Amino acid sequence: MSVVQSVDNVALLPAYLAAGTAVLVLLADLLVARSRVTLATAAVGAAATALGAAVVGAGGERRTFCVGPDCSYVFGGRAALVAGVVALLTLGVLALSGPLLRAGQSPTGEYCFLLACSMTGGVVLGAAGDLITLIVALETLTLPLYVLVGLRRGSLASAEAAVTFFVVSVVATTVTLLGAALLYAATGGLHLGRIGALLAERPELLDLPLTTAAVALVVLGLAFKVAAVPFHAWAPATYDGAPLPVAAYLSTASKLGGVVALLAVVQHALPADVTGPVLALLAVLTMTVGNLVALRQRRTVRLLAWSSVAQAGYILAPLGALALAAGRAADARTAAYAAAVAYAVFFVVLELAAFAAVVALRPAGADGGTVDDLRGAARRHPWPAVALGLALVGLAGLPPGLAGLFAKVTVVRSLLDGGAGWLAVVVAVNAVIGLAYYLRLTAALWAAPAASPGGREAPAAAFAPVGGVSAPVRARTVGLVLVVATAVAIVIGFAPQLVLDVAAR
Amino acid sequence: MRLGEFLLVAVLALPALGALAVVATPRDRAARIVGTVVAGLTLVAAALLLVGDRGWTGYAADAPAVRPWHRLDLPWVPGLDLRFHLGVDGISWPLVVLTALLTLLCCAYTVWKVPDGGSGRALVALLLAVEVGILGTFLALDLVLFFVFFEVVLLPMYAIIAGWGGADRRRAARKFALYTLLGSVLLLVGVFTVVAAAGTADVVALTGGTGLSRGTQLAAFTLLALAFAVKSPLWPLHSWLPDAHTQAPTVGSVVLAGVLLKMGTYGLIRIAVGVAPEGARWAAPVLGVLAVAAILVGSLVCLAQRELKRLIAYSSVGHMGFVLLGVATLTATGIQAALIGNVAHGVITGLLFFLAGAVKDRTHTGSLDELSGLRETAPRLAGLLGFAAVASLGLPGLAGFWGEAFAVVAAVEVGGALWTTLGVLAAVGGALTAAYLLRLLRRVTHGRPSPAVGRLTPGLAGVELVAWAPLVLLALAVGLAPTLVLGVAEAPVDALVEVLR
Repeated sequence: MSVVQSVDNVALLPAYLAAGTAVLVLLADLLVARSRVTLATAAVGAAATALGAAVVGAGGERRTFCVGPDCSYVFGGRAALVAGVVALLTLGVLALSGPLLRAGQSPTGEYCFLLACSMTGGVVLGAAGDLITLIVALETLTLPLYVLVGLRRGSLASAEAAVTFFVVSVVATTVTLLGAALLYAATGGLHLGRIGALLAERPELLDLPLTTAAVALVVLGLAFKVAAVPFHAWAPATYDGAPLPVAAYLSTASKLGGVVALLAVVQHALPADVTGPVLALLAVLTMTVGNLVALRQRRTVRLLAWSSVAQAGYILAPLGALALAAGRAADARTAAYAAAVAYAVFFVVLELAAFAAVVALRPAGADGGTVDDLRGAARRHPWPAVALGLALVGLAGLPPGLAGLFAKVTVVRSLLDGGAGWLAVVVAVNAVIGLAYYLRLTAALWAAPAASPGGREAPAAAFAPVGGVSAPVRARTVGLVLVVATAVAIVIGFAPQLVLDVAAR
Repeated sequence: MRLGEFLLVAVLALPALGALAVVATPRDRAARIVGTVVAGLTLVAAALLLVGDRGWTGYAADAPAVRPWHRLDLPWVPGLDLRFHLGVDGISWPLVVLTALLTLLCCAYTVWKVPDGGSGRALVALLLAVEVGILGTFLALDLVLFFVFFEVVLLPMYAIIAGWGGADRRRAARKFALYTLLGSVLLLVGVFTVVAAAGTADVVALTGGTGLSRGTQLAAFTLLALAFAVKSPLWPLHSWLPDAHTQAPTVGSVVLAGVLLKMGTYGLIRIAVGVAPEGARWAAPVLGVLAVAAILVGSLVCLAQRELKRLIAYSSVGHMGFVLLGVATLTATGIQAALIGNVAHGVITGLLFFLAGAVKDRTHTGSLDELSGLRETAPRLAGLLGFAAVASLGLPGLAGFWGEAFAVVAAVEVGGALWTTLGVLAAVGGALTAAYLLRLLRRVTHGRPSPAVGRLTPGLAGVELVAWAPLVLLALAVGLAPTLVLGVAEAPVDALVEVLR
């Protein structure tokens, strides 16, 4: 038997492109040292990665790094979707970062390099076929973010956020790793497919306390990453302290990564009748607590952060329904996975549009501010305000944000198909709670500006000479992201079948 | 594409494109006129649905219970069982025309007078957007599509109340949005309960409850009935309505009371009763009791009301109670009464809200304590108010009579102690309705002119007459010749009742 494995380099192409982007960015920053060039390199690299993922994904499933029938790297339809979406989100976040970097608050080279590294993790994550690849990819996705969160010069909130995020995330990773190790001890396998097959063949393994503990540790560790309640406390503080584009990345690409990891483990490795009840409970807690706390938020980004906690609950819900669908046909289970992926895709598009609009409406390099800071924004900047309104309404799941409506419909449908009617009712009631705060934020955009303009506007005006700008900078790249994200949201709103088809692959 | 299909698309596409055209028109007044023209064209298209090849050849024994005159069936999202399936028949057509008419009148009224709060252009665009949602709801023959259109109405109506309403508009608008969203998410769960069990969302195929187990039907009917009860609104889920009506601008109130509430009663007849007849039979007594409670509570609250628009809003609770009582009997008479009651309430309450708005705009108060002697200073307005109030209390010969009388008749016809009692109590409620409306007239039109009323001039603006005349004439026409509504509705109602047995 040959010791040298043959490596399918085509399957690895998207990962090469992503990693190459990171290296090129580093070189460009070192050799050219012009902020614009560095940004452009990163953007071109991200676009190439997305393209590479699409091209490779179109050709059918490719496997490599195999030991017997088990492969550590499986680049199929879902991996291509995840890689493509992560690369596009990175591209969007890079474009949103223009004003921030121009304001000189963060070093451009490091910023772009870290973002490209994180993208590499996201690209590999979807293709991970064993627990170690999965965890390493997830860490590659999140590790650069600790630094990115804290990269804003002279901001105490930013440093605090970074430390919170770091500590929580490292603990979560350790817990997941411990779970993986215990799972290895119990089953002797690390490949997701092998563990799944072993547990199905020898159900007596599930009676071992060790296996139960291992399953619980893996699921809970990953639940940290998606900020599911009760492992969510880091998210709002981190989002609010991070620079706005990084917060956008955290709530889209990073969250997608967590969901994909959880999905991979639940779908292939762990028995649904064990994880199902846990995930159902997590989903109910996550959406309810997220929505209720979001009701009380006064700061824009905190509100979006809590709302994205709640949205994670909707994503987890179809996975929870598997508990009841465990005995059912395989297509019901496939439908539930597809629903979770589809919801995640609808969500990241709307969330990116919302963050892009907030960036467009706020001064360059500023944080999200309070909801009152956005009062009457529609009078000054009608189009970004309309885009923000559309995105928020979509997140609430109502027309004219049809993308969000169909996302909710997809989840409720998969829940009822899976026989989890009670969970569907919980989702439905949560949609009502969600509307309350989305509506508050949306209505504030069109409300009359605050009664005492002297009170609130004065500090901003006094700040102007220091910060350099007081009015929002209309960076062209930000506008472009906003237009593209909104256009995509509208297109998938009218043709949701596009997303459903891709998610089901 | 046949004429019928073309008309179905036109009825939805015209206001949708019209709303965009209104937003794109730079000058405010020109935009409002564009909107009115579009609303007029929509009304023409809606009326034309009656003519042409109706595409059905009598009612054979084995044909489905829903036989639309025209239908259009295109795939949209196969992954969600969503088809773009539209159709119109005798149950939906009167409501479609009523919607198109009221929207046209509201747009025309807005050309003349824009309420405080925002630009008239945006208001007209929102009115057209609401129209798209309501018409789509009435035309949808696919459960999921029905739900989508049901949701479309919510935010534009919220924006109308929140943007152009009275002093406490934000709270009222938020309450409206949250309550009705609660209704529509229950609808979503109900719809997919049915779709998951039956494997199709086609209303034509589903009507009659074929292929659904008893348990599914009971669950589905409970969810659907709750959803529609919030929208209708049925006591005790009505509390959003008085606030929304009181705060909404005149045109908002007219659309809200005139047609938006009908989405609930229409949905109850077409979707809830049609798809889950066994559930309907099971829940009918509860529905009947709640309907009669709504009639009595609505009337009693009205007797104690001191605010003009709030009184009319609560009267809607009572009138919708009669409609729901008619549906709850599950007989041909009852459902016919519900349909004509629906249309009559839309016409009369639309008129009442126009008049109340006119009174409030002129006197700057809606308090009954500050209004009296209207007939002394503004006799025409007082006369019209008197006409509308008398029509609303159900005087024979006017539109309001048929729905209320025959709901009571249907309840008594069903027989048994419960339904006879309900019929008698509903009749008592009818008498109370007369009492509070006469009290309203005595307070507002009679007596010595109050200071607020004393300043009025007798004249009415031309646009006001144009907006109100069609409603006055319709109230008379439907009252004298109820066959205008019942003629087209008879065959589909009989077919529906057939599958209920």
